[in-house]
Parts: sequence; structure tokens; C-alpha cells
Amino acid sequence: MDVLIDLQPQMWQAAGETLVIVALTLLFGGIGGLAIGLGLYSSRPGGIMGNRSVFTTLNVIVNVFRPIPFIIFLAAAQPLARLVVGTGIGNPAIIFTLSLAASFAIARIVEQNLLTVQPGVIEAARSVGASPLRILFQIVLPEALGPLVLGYTFIFVALVDMSAVAGYVGGGGLGTFALLYGYRQFNPLVTWAAVLIIIVLVQVVQFFGNWLARKIMRR
Amino acid sequence: MSIISMTGVNKVYPPRQRGQSEVVALDGIDLTVNKGDIFGIIGYSGAGKSTLVRLVNALETASGGSIVVDGTELVGLRESELRRVRLGIGMIFQQFNLFSAKTVWGNIAYPLTVAGVSREKQTARISELLHFVGLADKAHSYPDELSGGQKQRVGIARALATSPGILLADEATSALDPETTDEVLTLLQRVNREYGVTIIVITHEMEVIKRIANHVAVMEAGRIIESGPVFEVFSHPQTAASKRFVNTVVNSAPRDKELAALVERHPGTIISVAVNDTDASQSEVIRHLIQREVEFELIHGGIDNIQGKTFGTLTFALRGTSDNVRAAIDAVSRFANVEEVA
Repeated sequence: MDVLIDLQPQMWQAAGETLVIVALTLLFGGIGGLAIGLGLYSSRPGGIMGNRSVFTTLNVIVNVFRPIPFIIFLAAAQPLARLVVGTGIGNPAIIFTLSLAASFAIARIVEQNLLTVQPGVIEAARSVGASPLRILFQIVLPEALGPLVLGYTFIFVALVDMSAVAGYVGGGGLGTFALLYGYRQFNPLVTWAAVLIIIVLVQVVQFFGNWLARKIMRR
Repeated sequence: MSIISMTGVNKVYPPRQRGQSEVVALDGIDLTVNKGDIFGIIGYSGAGKSTLVRLVNALETASGGSIVVDGTELVGLRESELRRVRLGIGMIFQQFNLFSAKTVWGNIAYPLTVAGVSREKQTARISELLHFVGLADKAHSYPDELSGGQKQRVGIARALATSPGILLADEATSALDPETTDEVLTLLQRVNREYGVTIIVITHEMEVIKRIANHVAVMEAGRIIESGPVFEVFSHPQTAASKRFVNTVVNSAPRDKELAALVERHPGTIISVAVNDTDASQSEVIRHLIQREVEFELIHGGIDNIQGKTFGTLTFALRGTSDNVRAAIDAVSRFANVEEVA
């Protein structure tokens, strides 16, 4: 217990780092995933801007990168991280690589949620002379907003999970903290403390996500 | 004056899978709709009527033929030009297809926003439409807070927002109960009379045609097999499909089991007479029966009112000497359509 009290500053710093990593990843990956997801949705054959070659290209890219285990992807994408953010290690590298990996997962979630919008609703928008882009941003996105919020909440939880391996490339956060001070120093209590913080964090975000989605869907 | 005119229109879908043959949805459609009509298109599902109506506002493009809407040839137009055409054509749907994320107000505003109408003008137009469809108190409700009939009225208001000259109704009442159906049909009639909007009504229910249409086309397997003024098609259906549809709403001659039951109870000759205002009135039929001293009993049938005209089929059981009965049938046959059913 004493160890934990001594480690308090490191623990709260680690929690803060996890939050920053996940928040920035959710922002960058969220935007990237939204863009790819919108592309997948609208280029789908028979979709609002159906284009088989665009759809196939995006689909193959997503399918190739999404199944790579993140810890391997992190190592494999290191040269790219150096090129883009100037370093292959530390928090900037993990935020970059995590955003990239998350984009592909988010793209699928966005695509799936947009596909739940009733075709009839889109037909109604077409029947009043709306252009495909108008339909996408003024009809499809608002109609799917509730499920999208739930999808992003789900992704937040997945990102907390993925960010735990940041220590692998010299990044911080609760994962690094638990490994460094808990596991390696034979202090299970420290590990459990990190677990507890993660549980609380996830619960709070999930609760907020559910609340927001309910508010949007008015249920 | 024709507002929609189709000539030799085809619609062919490519095969679903390699090796299958292509699907012919529409085959040589010729159709003329006049300004101010309520034009009914009836057919069973799969007859091609939904595809046909979607050619009018170019949600579907024709594979061949000519489609002229309000003076514009649609076949060969670019997508951006078709969007402008769609602004002048409203559409309502069986499942209403309202935007669930927008309020009633937002739903009606959307076509106006697309058309680039200023906010002040939108407000005036939306208020007017909300009053017209009787939903002024629901402006800020969301679609999921409305009943089916209310949803369809929002659909109608949305379709009329940009003051289109044509309204397409795709099975607009098929998801509604009879009472609400009546409400919506009455509203469509008002749209036609008060705003002068030409309406095309797609339906599989002859009741809808009977209630509001003045012209009807019957579709089967991608073709129009019969077309004409509603009264004409009702009183003299030419094809088997039309007869089946007509029989669903008007009292026709008894058939099969119904007929067998009648024959059992009424020995003798049974005839069915088609009566209507124009050539065979009831009183005339009855007068001829009495003149020939034939006793008769009305055992089946009824009279309908279609487009302000009387119309129906009456079935009589006749009793008397065979000569008298024969003479009576011959006399009535001279001016009315008589069928000896037993």
C-alpha cells in the first residue's frame, strides 16, 4: 500500500497521458475513419455515389490493415511515424500510429452505421432534388448520428485497450505504468490500481456516450 | 393538355448474376397524363408500377423511349439537370420516408433549402402548408411522435413545399387503416382541386382508384394492358386482370361457391344485369320483367357511385313460363349487358 502512495504522482500522470493519447487518437483517427467510412458508404455499388473501383480500393485497404495486431503494426509503421511526426518513439509516435490503425476500424463502424439509414429516406431526399453530397451531410449523417455516437464510444474503449502497449515504443500512460511499476517490480497492487482507474474511465465514458446517444435518438 | 407523356418506354435491369437473363421491368409503355388529372396506376406487386412512377421524376432512368414531363424530355438529361426537374415534382411514399432526425418543420423545410429558398419565404410557406394539412400544432414534433396518418400528411406537405405541378403517390395509403386512408385520399383530392396539382396514384387497391382517380391504367408484367377513364374501365373492363380488380370493389355477378349457394336456394333462371346511368337503368330492366309477367327476386348485387355516375350489377332469380322468361331476357339484352349465370 505504501508503494502505491509513493507512486501516486506517477500514477496520475500516467492516467493523464492515457487520456491525452486516447483523446488525440479519437480526434485524428475519428476524422480519418469518418472520411474513409463516408467514402466506403457513398461509393458502395448502388450507393448515393456508387463507384465500384473507389469502393473496391477503399475496401481492400481497410481489409488489409484492420486485422494486423496493433503491437505488430506499431513496430511495422515505425518508419512511417518517423517520416510524419519526426520520431519513432514516445507519445507522438504512439498517437500517430494509433490514429492510423484506429482509422481503419472506425471506417468500418462508420460505414456500418450509415448503412442502417433507410433507403427510402435517401430516396425521399433524392426526390426533392438534393445532390449526393447534400444527402450525405444533411440527411444520412444526422439520421445515423445516434448509432454513430455509440460506435465512437465503443472505439474509445478499444483505444484505451490499444494504447496500453505504448510503453513498447517508449510511450507513457496507464499500460506503461502498470507494467513498469506493477508487473516488473512484483507489485500486483500497483497493477490493480491501474486496472481500477481504467475501469472507472471506461465506465464514465460509456455512460456519457449512452446518455448522448439516447438524447440524440430521443429515446 | 398533357403534362406527362411517355412513348415506347422500356426499363431493363442487367442480370443479377452471370448466366441469368436480364430483367425487363417495363416493356413498351405509352402513357399520357393530362394536366389536372388524378391518374391511377393499378397492378399487383411486381407489375412495374413503382418503376414506372420513378421514371417520371427520374429516380430511375429509362433504358429506351421518350419521357416528356412538363415540356422537358428527360431521357438523355444529365444528373444535375434531372435534379432541377425533381424540384418540380413532389413524391409521397408508402412508408412515409420522413427524416427522423428533423422535426415536422425541418422535414417540410428541407426541399425549400435544397431549392435555395430564403429563410423568410420558407417560414411563410411552411406555415401555410402546416395549416393546409392540419398539423399546425405539430410543427416541432418529431416523426416518431406522430401517427401514420399524421406522418403521411407531413409527407404530403413536404412533397408540396416547392409548389410542384405534379405529385407522385407511391402506395401512399397502403400502410394506413381504412379511416386514415380516407382522410389522406380526401387530402389528395384537395391538393388536386385547390392547388391544381396533377397527381399520379400508384396502388394495388381498386378502392383507391374508385375513390379519387378520374383516369386509370392497369399494369401487368411491365405493360399497360388497359387504360381509360375510370368509369369506362369499371363498367367495361376488357382484360381478365382489370375484371379481377373491378370485382374487388364493385358488386359483380356471383361466381363459384357464391353462385352455387344461390342456385340451390333459387331454382329457375338466374341472370346478372350490368346497370348504369348511361345505357341501362334499373327501372327499365324491372319494367321489362314486369311487362312479360316474369316474377323476379333480387338475390345479389349492388349499386355504386363512381365519378358521380351510378354503376353496378344486379342478379335476379326469374320465375315464369319459359317463353315469358326468354322474352324478358331478350328484351333486357337489347339495351343492357345480361349474363345468364344459371
